This record gives sequence, structure tokens and C-alpha cells, in this order.
Amino acid sequence: MTETPLLEVEDLHVSFSTDDGVVKAVDGASYSVAAGKTLGIVGESGSGKSVSSLTALGLTKGRNTTISGRMLFAGRDLLALDSSEIRQVRGNDLAMIFQDPLSALHPFYTIGNQLIEAVRAHQDVSKAAARARALDLLELVGIPDPAARLDRYPHEFSGGMRQRVMIAMALLNEPKLLIADEPTTALDVTVQAQILTLLQDLQDRLGMAIVIITHDLGVVAEMADDIAVMYAGRIVERAPGRELFAHPQHPYTWGLLKSIPRLDNPRGEDLTPIPGRPPSLINRPSGCHFHPRCPYVRDEHRRVDPRMQSVGGDTPHEVACLLPAQTRSAVWQALSRGDSVQQAQRVARDSARAASNTSESASAAADEQQEVQP
Amino acid sequence: MAAFVVRRVLWGLVTLVAVVFVTFLIFRVFPGANPVVLLAGKGATAQREAFIRHELGLNRSWIVQFWLYLKGIVLHGNLGFSFFTSRAVLGEIGQALPATLSLTVGAAVLWFVLGIPVGILSAIRRGTVWDRTAMTASLTFVSMPIFWFALILIYLLAKSLGIVSLLPGPGSYVGLTANPVKWFESLILPWLVLALTQAAIYSRLLRGSLLDAMGEDYIRTARAKGLPERTVIWKHGVRSAITPVLTVFGIDLGGLLGGAVIVEEIFSIHGVGLLNITAINNSDFPVVQGTTVLAAAFVVLANIVVDILYAYIDPRVRVQ
Repeated sequence: MTETPLLEVEDLHVSFSTDDGVVKAVDGASYSVAAGKTLGIVGESGSGKSVSSLTALGLTKGRNTTISGRMLFAGRDLLALDSSEIRQVRGNDLAMIFQDPLSALHPFYTIGNQLIEAVRAHQDVSKAAARARALDLLELVGIPDPAARLDRYPHEFSGGMRQRVMIAMALLNEPKLLIADEPTTALDVTVQAQILTLLQDLQDRLGMAIVIITHDLGVVAEMADDIAVMYAGRIVERAPGRELFAHPQHPYTWGLLKSIPRLDNPRGEDLTPIPGRPPSLINRPSGCHFHPRCPYVRDEHRRVDPRMQSVGGDTPHEVACLLPAQTRSAVWQALSRGDSVQQAQRVARDSARAASNTSESASAAADEQQEVQP
Repeated sequence: MAAFVVRRVLWGLVTLVAVVFVTFLIFRVFPGANPVVLLAGKGATAQREAFIRHELGLNRSWIVQFWLYLKGIVLHGNLGFSFFTSRAVLGEIGQALPATLSLTVGAAVLWFVLGIPVGILSAIRRGTVWDRTAMTASLTFVSMPIFWFALILIYLLAKSLGIVSLLPGPGSYVGLTANPVKWFESLILPWLVLALTQAAIYSRLLRGSLLDAMGEDYIRTARAKGLPERTVIWKHGVRSAITPVLTVFGIDLGGLLGGAVIVEEIFSIHGVGLLNITAINNSDFPVVQGTTVLAAAFVVLANIVVDILYAYIDPRVRVQ
């Protein structure tokens, strides 16, 4: 990432005050995406991945919301814009598509109506010109017989076609950045592949950057130049896509990778789910937020809050994990061999013992981390 | 669309026949009072009672009575004759209807004009002082019994009765054609009584339904497109939120057209409601039945209109 990023998010915090307490949905996330590139943000439900992108469009603003940090988009801080300025950005330079294309389209208006109003929100053109533009885009996203389809209602389209309409709508004003929030989750598997291919194809032709948000590492594997793994409102690992799949560093990322069904896995090998549940965003676990679910947890991880640190090496790869680097690589080697989590835990213990013998103790690695939580 | 309308109208007719049958059963087969005794007076001879029973046609079996009644409606548009005045029920209703129409339609306009904007504003400014004030006020109006509220308004504002002698009170109603100005003045208090209580319900209903609508995904899409907030609220929010309100409006309006009984009674407006009350007190079955069928017809009609409006608003309804 040598180019200046198109979107640069720095230390973003978003919290909602509710009757039960303050929900810290995003808790110090930083990521960036360069013009024309694709960033994949991966995490479970409730990890804050959608909230951070909705915040970019100013859609989380409300009386109960507290937002801090910076979101620089083409040099402007989106968080500092007032409501009419952010409205100029939305659907114009910065567009978004959503998970469920049926509920995301208004049931009472034709596709044409909804596309035309999106054009005219940003361009001072006649209805006819806007309609022509809408027609072009429907054609571009591969909707058959687009002229007839313009006057149809959303419920008359299939799920995949509706998502194509959403994509067309997002691209009407030639955005520089398209945020796709779980764009394929509500679709059939075969249609998922079509939509992802379409997005990639459109990116090649139009040159926009894409942030693709998903819980499914498989979705970003093919598309994303960079991948950020999000957990409990923070980025816990960030690397170029290939690097992340080859040398994942965070136990949570391992969990995500091991829970993907693969055709080349040995027959009969069970998928390994990540134990436990996503943490409460009101009362977070102390220390490393992942520690209650981490199979390789050590005592000091319950106290020390890890920061993002470079893994070293040629590729930019950062991780927020307190395990020593050699333990991490030993464990991943074991896991990628097909070892069970129990076997990998043994590997982690052996690695720690070996490390303490050479007096490079694990706790020393932890002490390098700055913040200590009581 | 045409098939949709035809289907709805046919079902409406079926509903009406069922209503005619049930009211007939209620009033003729299990009567609570005997019109013959009422008409004959105290100490009448058995012969006189038999004569009256024969005159009214009550000596025949109820199945025959029902058949004749239904035949009268279908063949001659005749709802029968009043036991007491011997006048055609249809004529009695025709005489009472303009007053009820004036009262109900005027009030409906007023409650829509009051309730809708208040509901929308409260939803948009949810949690603000405006919202709390409006919702407290509407809760007050909703909770007030309509007869009590009517009496209070009369006590406060009615000419010669109220503390401030401002508006014509009970018994002042004149027909629109007789004197439009007096017609209008005399209806202000009844309109207020009906409209304020109804507007309160409508504002709360619309507020809730608009809040729901504004939480929908398509509202997020509309905002993400960069539409002005005004367009988001009106075009995308209110259009969806208004549908449940329309349903209730159809039922309310239909019901009231069949006679706004309490308000007509208190303000002595000789409308369908008052006609119905008098007929019930007299065991004047044909009139009671006529007004009941009329009320049912209005409800059915209003529902058909609402259904057609619904199909116009929500394209998904058209397909089914």
C-alpha cells in the first residue's frame, strides 16, 4: 500500500447508548483502501463491520450515538461533514449495497422510479436522461430486457436480479468507492458467485475501490487485495489476501479458516467451529477481547490488551495477538496439517516451554505490549 | 385490477346478505320486546293484539317473513315500513342521512387534517418536547369518553349553556340547503368532539407506523442514495406508514356513516344514529333493521374503497 489511500479510517470509535449500557460497536478500528483496490472486512455478526461502514455514510448518526476518530475519504474527513455535505457524498462518490436486496428496495415503487431518483439526487438532469442512465446501468449489470424491467416492481425480480439492481443503483453516479455489506449472504450459492464475478468485472471496467464486508472468508478470498479481520469492534489482523490465507497469525483468523468447508479436506474431517459466542459489546472481556474463546490463551492475556503490531517480513501484515511469533507459526503449521485443536494446543505449550528454555519467555513478548488493563 | 374490484364487490354483497340474515334473526326471532304490545297499548283486548299482529305481518313464520323481506329489498329496493309511523324505512333513512353525512364527513376531514401531521411530526421528532406534548395530549383525548367530552365542550362553549357563549349547542342543527352558515356553525362543536378524539387515535397510530417504516432497510437505502431527508420521509416513509391508517380510516368512517349515535344523541342531530336509537326503544324492527343494514353497507363499501386504495398504493397487493 504505497499509494495514498482513498479511504483511510483512523482509530474509529462508534458507540450507542442503550438502556442496558453503552454498546461499543466499533472500538478503535483502523483500516484503509486504495483507489481501485478491494478491501475485505471479515468478522462475525456483531463484530462492528457493518457499523463502521454505515458510519462512513453518516447513517449511524443519532442522538444516542457517539462517534470519534477520523474517516478520510479523498482527503475529506467524513465524520466532520454536516448533514447536507454528507448527503452530497452518499450515493455519489461513496455508494453502498446491502445484504438483503428485497428489503433494501422500496416495495411500492418501480425499479425505474428508484433508480431515477438516485440519479437526480446528484445530477441536475431531466427525467428522460436519468431514465436513460438507469437503463444503461441495468444493462451493465446484466439484467435481461432492461427497458421492460424498468417499470417493474422489486417483488417481480429474483433475489440475484434484485442485487444486480442494487448494484446498478449504487453505480449510477460513478462512485469512487463501493461498500458492499454482505452482498451475497441472502442469495443462493450459485447466484453468489455470479454477483461476486459481476462486482469484480465492474471494478475492472469502472476502476472503483470496493470494501466488501462479509462473515465468509471464502467470499473475500478471490476478490480482496487486502483483508482486515474484525473482532469485537477492532481489527485484529490485517494483511494482503494471499498472505492472510498463507500465514494467518491470529487464533480468531485460524478459527474462521478452519470453519470453512473445503472440498480438498480429508473425508470425514469435521469442521472446527470457534467455541463460545461473540462477546458482549457492553461489557467486554478484559485483556485480549478474544481470550475467553481462544484455545491458546495464557494467564497474562487476560490482563494485557494487545495492539496491532507488524509481523515482520516483506509483506505488510499486522496482528493484535499476544502469542509469540514462533508459537503462532508452529500452531498454524499444525492446524494446516489437519491437526485437531487439542493437538495444536499441545504444540503451543511445547513451543512456550522451548521458548522459556531459551529465556525468551512468552510474558516478555506480552510486556512489550503497552496498554495494561486492570 | 378489474377482476380484483369485482371480486371485492361480490364478497361485499355476500357479507351484506349475511348481515341482513343475522339482524333479522336477532330482532324477529329472539325479540327482546314485543312491538304488538307496545302498539296496542295497556289493557288491549286479545282481538286487538291479534289484529295488530296480522297488520304487521308478525303472524307468519319467521322464514316466510325473512323471504318477504329479502324479496322486498331485492325486487323493489324496499326495506319495509315502520311499525309506528307506517312510513317507508328507506324514506326515514333518506331523511336522516344528510345530517349524519354532514357530521361524519366534516369530522373525518378535520381529524385527518389534525391527526396526520401531528403523527408525522411526532415520529420525525421522536423524543423531543414536541413529541411528548403531542402524545400526552393525544393520550388525553383518546382516554376521554366521547359523551363526557361532548358535555364538557357544551359546558364550556355552547351558546346559552356554556361558560363562554360562543358556538351553537345541542338542537341547533339545520340542513345544509336550508342555511349553509347556520349548518356550519351548528356542526362546529359536534365536529370537534368527533374529530379530536379520532385525531388523537390517528396521530398515535401514524406515529407508530412511521417509526416502524423509518427503521426499514429501504429507508437506509434511500438515505444511502443521498436523497434529501424530506424525500426520504415523505416519499419512502409516509407512503408505507399510511397504509394501516387507511385501513382503520375505512372502518371508522364506514361505522360512523351508519350513525354517530352518541354525538347525534347529545347534540340532538336527527341523523341515522338517532333514528336507530328511537327505533330500538320502540321495538320498531323494520327501522332498526334498515339502519343496521345501512351501517353494514357503509362499512362494506368503505372497506372495498380501502382495498382498492391499498392495491393502488402497494403494488404487491395487485398481483395476488
